[in-house]
Amino acid sequence: MTIFVDIGSLDDIPAQGARLVKTAQGCVAVFRTADDRVFALEDRCPHKGGPLSEGIVHGTSVTCPLHNWVFDMNTGQAQGADQGMVCTYPVKVQEGRILIDASLIRRSAAA
Amino acid sequence: MKKKLVVIGAGMASGRMLEHLFDAAPGAWDVTLFNAEPRGNYNRLMLSPVLSGEKTYDQIVTHDDAWYSAHGVDCRFGEPVVRIDRKNRVVYSNSGGAPYDALVIATGSAPFIIPVPGKDLPGVVAYRDLEDTQAMMDTAGKDAVVIGGGLLGLEAAAGMAARGARVTVIHLMGHLMERQLDPAAGYLLQRDLEKRGIAVHCKGATKAIFGTDRAEAVLLEDGTVYPADLVCMAVGIRPETRIAVDAHLEVERGIVVDDALRTSDPAIFALGECVEHRGQVFGLVAPLYDQAKVLAQTLLGADAVFAPVQTATKLKVTGCDLFSAGDFADGPRREDIVFRDPGRGIYKRLVLENDRIIGVVMYGDTADGAWFYGLMKDGTDIGPMRDTLIFGPAFQGGAAPDPMAAVAALPPEAEICGCNGVSKGAIMDAVAGGACTLDAMRSCTKASASCGTCTGLVQQVMALALGGAVQDAPEGMCKCTDHTHEDVRRLIRSMGLKSIPAVMQDLGWRSVGGCHSCRPALNYYLLAEWPLEYRDDRQSRFVNERNHANIQKDGTYSVVPRMWGGVTTPAELRAIADAAEKYDVPMVKVTGGQRIDLLGVRKEDLPHMWADLNAAGLVSGHAYSKGLRTVKTCVGKEFCRVGTQDSTGLGIRLEKLMWGSWTPHKLKLGVSGCPRNCAEATCKDIGVVCVDSGYNISIGGAAGMEVRETVPLASTPSEDETVQIILAVTQLYRENARYLDRIWKWMGKVGLDWIRAQVVDDLENRAALVERFQISQSVYRRDPWADLSTPSETPKWAPLADLTLEAAE
Repeated sequence: MTIFVDIGSLDDIPAQGARLVKTAQGCVAVFRTADDRVFALEDRCPHKGGPLSEGIVHGTSVTCPLHNWVFDMNTGQAQGADQGMVCTYPVKVQEGRILIDASLIRRSAAA
Repeated sequence: MKKKLVVIGAGMASGRMLEHLFDAAPGAWDVTLFNAEPRGNYNRLMLSPVLSGEKTYDQIVTHDDAWYSAHGVDCRFGEPVVRIDRKNRVVYSNSGGAPYDALVIATGSAPFIIPVPGKDLPGVVAYRDLEDTQAMMDTAGKDAVVIGGGLLGLEAAAGMAARGARVTVIHLMGHLMERQLDPAAGYLLQRDLEKRGIAVHCKGATKAIFGTDRAEAVLLEDGTVYPADLVCMAVGIRPETRIAVDAHLEVERGIVVDDALRTSDPAIFALGECVEHRGQVFGLVAPLYDQAKVLAQTLLGADAVFAPVQTATKLKVTGCDLFSAGDFADGPRREDIVFRDPGRGIYKRLVLENDRIIGVVMYGDTADGAWFYGLMKDGTDIGPMRDTLIFGPAFQGGAAPDPMAAVAALPPEAEICGCNGVSKGAIMDAVAGGACTLDAMRSCTKASASCGTCTGLVQQVMALALGGAVQDAPEGMCKCTDHTHEDVRRLIRSMGLKSIPAVMQDLGWRSVGGCHSCRPALNYYLLAEWPLEYRDDRQSRFVNERNHANIQKDGTYSVVPRMWGGVTTPAELRAIADAAEKYDVPMVKVTGGQRIDLLGVRKEDLPHMWADLNAAGLVSGHAYSKGLRTVKTCVGKEFCRVGTQDSTGLGIRLEKLMWGSWTPHKLKLGVSGCPRNCAEATCKDIGVVCVDSGYNISIGGAAGMEVRETVPLASTPSEDETVQIILAVTQLYRENARYLDRIWKWMGKVGLDWIRAQVVDDLENRAALVERFQISQSVYRRDPWADLSTPSETPKWAPLADLTLEAAE
């Protein structure tokens, strides 16, 4: 079962925007869509390491700001002709608070 | 002896429960009914029609005195219950106790009141009971503010508007009814409300309510003040559980009940908005009626189970037709079917998962709502009818929707060709008169014969008149639409579209929220068209413009202060050097535009660094913008032995007039003091070369992926006229060019002759262009660094959380 930790208020993230969370497993981008859903993705495009947290959010996709690779935030899969994926992490909103997978506090065993 | 049932709360749920109880087993229980309101049961859902004057209070009473006495109910109205003695099974009000064998708590919910200064002033009401409604009925000719653009708030607003009040709705979120509607449907709803005179302010956070003896005005966080004789707070409700908490029953968000609606005390039951069942609380009436039925059976000793079902929402505002049910958020494995009919203001969206409908949002035409809702509730496999599903039950099998709807909906007087003032009606008439090709149209009406950017639209109008395509349609803006950039700009203008959701709805966007390609373009088109009304959408800007710095390959940023005309002072240089040291800038570099670039700054340092630079009088150089970047200069006649005019002074003047302006692509200027051209003015977007007789203005240069020399636009004897022509050509470019076209590219499409006719020959037009440029500058000529380095903004640049600190323990 996933244990969650509180990282802030939903209002701390602009709609169709993202904020960065530093974790023991690297930087994670937490996105908020236009309809207030949240997603947590590794903040690093597999192409050239672009910060996805600075990309344009559209629907449930985000476009990397460096070279316009588009990722589906549900799966972390690159869309269209591009190949690759980014890690996604469990995250949810409860009563206006954003909760993220607490295992991000620990270094991953594989790391 | 008959068993005693005590009920706390005479709301809709408990009223329905008593009906079931008396119907099934008349006389089985002796009932005592407490109610805090000094009256019995009425249909709270009908308060909206009472407010708007469509019904009276008497018409919404569901249980009158005769009914209570016929069923022997001991009514204790106006008597709030203050305590439950669970041990002795007695309920107390201030006037005494009532023993029970079974107790039902149906206290409903309490309105949430935002804890702002002034919330307790007279004239601030919730929308909960008849007293609130009566206060709102008395607002004719007055100013009313409704805080909360949800279901309840909008019904309150529409009701007061119908009573003749001037109503403003303040809503915290980006669009109305965001829990039930997606942004597109929310936009249509807002437009309909505005048509009936209700002002809507989205993204508005209430800061305080002003007033001495009673409410007088509402202040928002952004500084807006709305006068208000009455303030209605309708921001939400929460289960009223105080009595249950005091009695030590299990309470989470609501009073926790099992499937039989029993609380943690087997003699006590609860139903309605005050309960929590399997983690869920309830606000709509349908599940409450189900609870009422189950509880009646439980009280009669039968086994009944409450299993909540999906419910649908409709807005009870006359003339606003909307329907929402299920879950319509995006999600994995979910697909959308979206139908837009911009002409009729209709929007329908179905959310599918595994070929089952799981969500429905409809606006404008909700006739098929019940049918979709039925398919959703039954979990029907819609695979076989998927192609025509969105058209509803009456249309299984048929034609695709009309892509020309937006053009078809334009009135005949709508201007299609701006250069020649040709209306839609004139084009239709010309087609009727035999002009069936684009060339024929150009020769007989001049439509699309000048700059040509309206060609796509002219073709569409012709196709409409001819009933078929004229030629191959030009390429759409992006995968979200078939309209070209030029058509979108023109339609924004002629249809008066003033927001990104408005464009997407009325022009039939295929995607839910656009894409990274169309959103920045639309944001630009809207701010260029409506500088005073449109609000810039930061989230539709590319990272550099959002963060007001250039992102580098490693995710750091570069900061470039503005140096007017390339001129600086020792004090400014000192401030720049200090900032570079303080924030460990790894590289300080002079740019090609004669500015100093501080490379490698961390994002969280940006606002602090800006504040330091601001303090020394420096502002952002916009070195990242699709807007005015720099005006490069040489030293001119002040110092140079061959300089002919004050090129530095002219450069500074132009930069001070033009800084902060947004343009379709980056805009670089150069002013050289003599034809030796030390400022390299002839490879800029706009260049000035000073000569003895005056100023040679040329445009369309570039030194990027394409290297181009400027072409001469005009020669003038005076600096003032030079400035006017440059401002006019910039505005013409702002109003006409496709997003991401540099001037040279735009010039290739419209032709230098056309540009020259607009800004050099036609003096009246030149003045009008300059005036429009200045109007836009009255909004956009401001320093983003100052706006973003405030104490409330600065924290947003740092990480939201740092979980590595917690790991270090």
